[in-house]
Amino acid sequence: MTDTVTVEVRRYRPEQEAEPTWQSYQVPYRREWMVLDALNYIKDQVDGTLSFRWSCRMGVCGSCGMMVNGTPALTCATYLETLLPGPVRVEPLRGFPVIRDLVGDLTDFLGKLRRVSPWLVRETERPPAEGEYLQTPEQLAEYKRYSMCINCLLCYAACPIYELEPEFLGPAVIALAQRYNLDSRDEGREARMDELSQHDGIWACTFVGECSTVCPKDVDPAGAIQRYKLDAAVSWVAGLVLPRSGK
Amino acid sequence: MNPAYRRYHPKWHRAGMPIFWWLRSLPYARFIARELTSMLVAYAAVLLLVQVRALDAGPESYARFTAWLGSTPVVVWHLAVLAGLLFHTLTWLHLAPRAMVVRLGGRRVPDAMVLLGQYAAWAGASALVAWVLLA
Amino acid sequence: MVRRDKTGFHLLHALFQTSLKFGGIVRYDEYFVTRLLVDEGRCQGVVALELATGEVHALLARAVVLATGGGGRVFPYTTNANIKTGDGMGLAYRAGVPLKDMEFVQYHPTGLPFTGILITEAARSEGGWLLNKDGYRYLQDYDLGAPQPTPVMRSMELGPRDRLSQAFVKETEKGRTVETPYGPVVHLDVRHLGARVIDAKIPFVRELCLKYEHLDPVRDLIPVRPVVHYMMGGVHTDADGATPLPGLYAAGETACVSINGANRLGSNSLTEILVFGARAGRAAARWAGAAPVAGTAARAQALDEDRRLHGELLGLQRGGERVAGVRTAMQEALERGAGIYRDHAGLEAAATTVAELRERSRRVALDDRSLTFNTEVVALLELENLLDVAEAIVHSALQRRESRGAHQRTDYPRRDDGRYLAHSLAYRVPNGPPRVELRPVTITRWPPGERVYGR
Repeated sequence: MTDTVTVEVRRYRPEQEAEPTWQSYQVPYRREWMVLDALNYIKDQVDGTLSFRWSCRMGVCGSCGMMVNGTPALTCATYLETLLPGPVRVEPLRGFPVIRDLVGDLTDFLGKLRRVSPWLVRETERPPAEGEYLQTPEQLAEYKRYSMCINCLLCYAACPIYELEPEFLGPAVIALAQRYNLDSRDEGREARMDELSQHDGIWACTFVGECSTVCPKDVDPAGAIQRYKLDAAVSWVAGLVLPRSGK
Repeated sequence: MNPAYRRYHPKWHRAGMPIFWWLRSLPYARFIARELTSMLVAYAAVLLLVQVRALDAGPESYARFTAWLGSTPVVVWHLAVLAGLLFHTLTWLHLAPRAMVVRLGGRRVPDAMVLLGQYAAWAGASALVAWVLLA
Repeated sequence: MVRRDKTGFHLLHALFQTSLKFGGIVRYDEYFVTRLLVDEGRCQGVVALELATGEVHALLARAVVLATGGGGRVFPYTTNANIKTGDGMGLAYRAGVPLKDMEFVQYHPTGLPFTGILITEAARSEGGWLLNKDGYRYLQDYDLGAPQPTPVMRSMELGPRDRLSQAFVKETEKGRTVETPYGPVVHLDVRHLGARVIDAKIPFVRELCLKYEHLDPVRDLIPVRPVVHYMMGGVHTDADGATPLPGLYAAGETACVSINGANRLGSNSLTEILVFGARAGRAAARWAGAAPVAGTAARAQALDEDRRLHGELLGLQRGGERVAGVRTAMQEALERGAGIYRDHAGLEAAATTVAELRERSRRVALDDRSLTFNTEVVALLELENLLDVAEAIVHSALQRRESRGAHQRTDYPRRDDGRYLAHSLAYRVPNGPPRVELRPVTITRWPPGERVYGR
């Protein structure tokens, strides 16, 4: 019966060192513990200098994404049990600059999210007095999956294209753009197409598919991107063959 | 102490990407294999062109070409090429249902059906080619 | 909206994403506010620690709106996320603003035992049963109606949260709850609903149980216990979110308008944030339009705070305590002395412990003295806020010698409208217990009646 597990953590303290290093800790093993519980044990009892993000501990806030044994995962949703006998290697999410220890700089994602206008774009807003926009269950089903994104950015860590070409918009941003494109209340498809059809937009994606594999909320960003490629290609051809008169 | 550190201005660390990044995991390796086997498709096309040219240059040159095709190392190589082509084809067929949402009569066609459709089309095309060549 | 148990999630993302539309909104992500700047009787901005670099900034503002959520992390078993440490409440309290109705802490009857993760009320409204260790629907013993095969409004498992949590405590005293390594639990049984109903109506519950408890609610009983979920109390505001300090506003769980009284009804927190978030925002904008710019005293206060953060917290070697040690002791003290059932002795003990812990917190020595993303100093700053919230809860509970809603005293089991139909206001007193005043409730339309369920 296992008593303890070895947890190896990638440390980086910019005031002390120029390069990251590994540090090893012995952590008690409990069947209920997630990797996050092990990290909290280290921080609370052993080494208060370990820095990492976490909040909800129930897989909805998206804060605790890290590389666990080389795979992007939510540490609050990964049992130590599944990683026995260890050692458990924890690193910051790949593809992002590292600020400190397990904390990455995610401002790139936020900037890119804004570029795809992730809000309902409408010519005229219906005043609240007239009631809400109605939507059938079928219309909802069109985009519901893409609305489940918790912005954990595991998909970016799994995407080799994002690592190779940091200009790439990335899976979550495109999936969120699709969430609005496919929303029956939205009228912003054309407006978003410019941004998405750039060469660092959807066309940078080569359908590796790992983003959808690691997504904890089953958003399927890879599917969202390929669907949009079909859409965009068809629109482009249609635009050539049947040019629309000005709107 | 890190001499490069300035107060309130820490340096973010950017990890480099190793050349053999795709050896990190099986899905990555599979992805690269899928992409690289596309070159085998090009090879097959070029082989066909070479065959046509050999035919065009007369019965002797064609006989030489056929002999080359029949030699053991070439047969072994072409078996490998066939395996690569099959891998390429199968991975691409299996990607299709993930990339397309096909709707018939208002309900979404399940992935398995889309896949079956692809296989059926492949079988049909192969049957047609076989009939043209053998009939 | 989309799924019954994801309404809040979608509100959050819709609001955040829509806020990106407005270039005028500038976000300072991961800046931790440690102090309000107050001068000339007005709130003039905040001082914040930029987590990534360790630099301390003064953000001068003509109006400040606090929306930092509740303080559930004062208790050991809570549905609340790690960041809900009563920061806004602490900031206002230290600036002299009273905290209202802090004794009313809502326990949600069904949380998972180790993590405290919430199992939504919907599991009960769809027909789930609460069973004790004998498989008996014990709520029928507590004047909540008779057990029916299908759910009946305001009866049995659909009774109010405070009554269900109290029933749990009574069952534990009778020895009829199930013992686990993480404390006593009862069982939530949804097996009779069947997989199809569960997947259609409460899919998130199934997901949570599978992922966090190694069990499937279609086949297994879910272990649950009451966990702290919401604080009815908070920063004292009026119906426009304005606090007694001009220029300072508060909204959401941080504020206490109060619209939730002594016991909040389910889903009202969502409507609360939408309605009062908007009202407070508009009121703050109106005030900011007319208010003068901050004076020089604000800058002096900011420098002071910078010295405190860099000099004291990160500089000096202060003692041998650890943040986690003080925090855990505080949580245990609150659960013991200021939990679901309270009495004078328990509350007094809790008050003494909280005062001791405040002393101990001043002797916390940080392992992490660095400036770059120092989460240990943040934990210490949060601990200061938690202790402020704990102090307000305990002393407000001491002063309220009656039982009402979520505040139940075994030594004063009856509701006393004659003396206590009033809000409690806790004012911070430096180096001493807070001063708790009572402010009578204004009855306009419906006089208080008797709370009856299941009949």
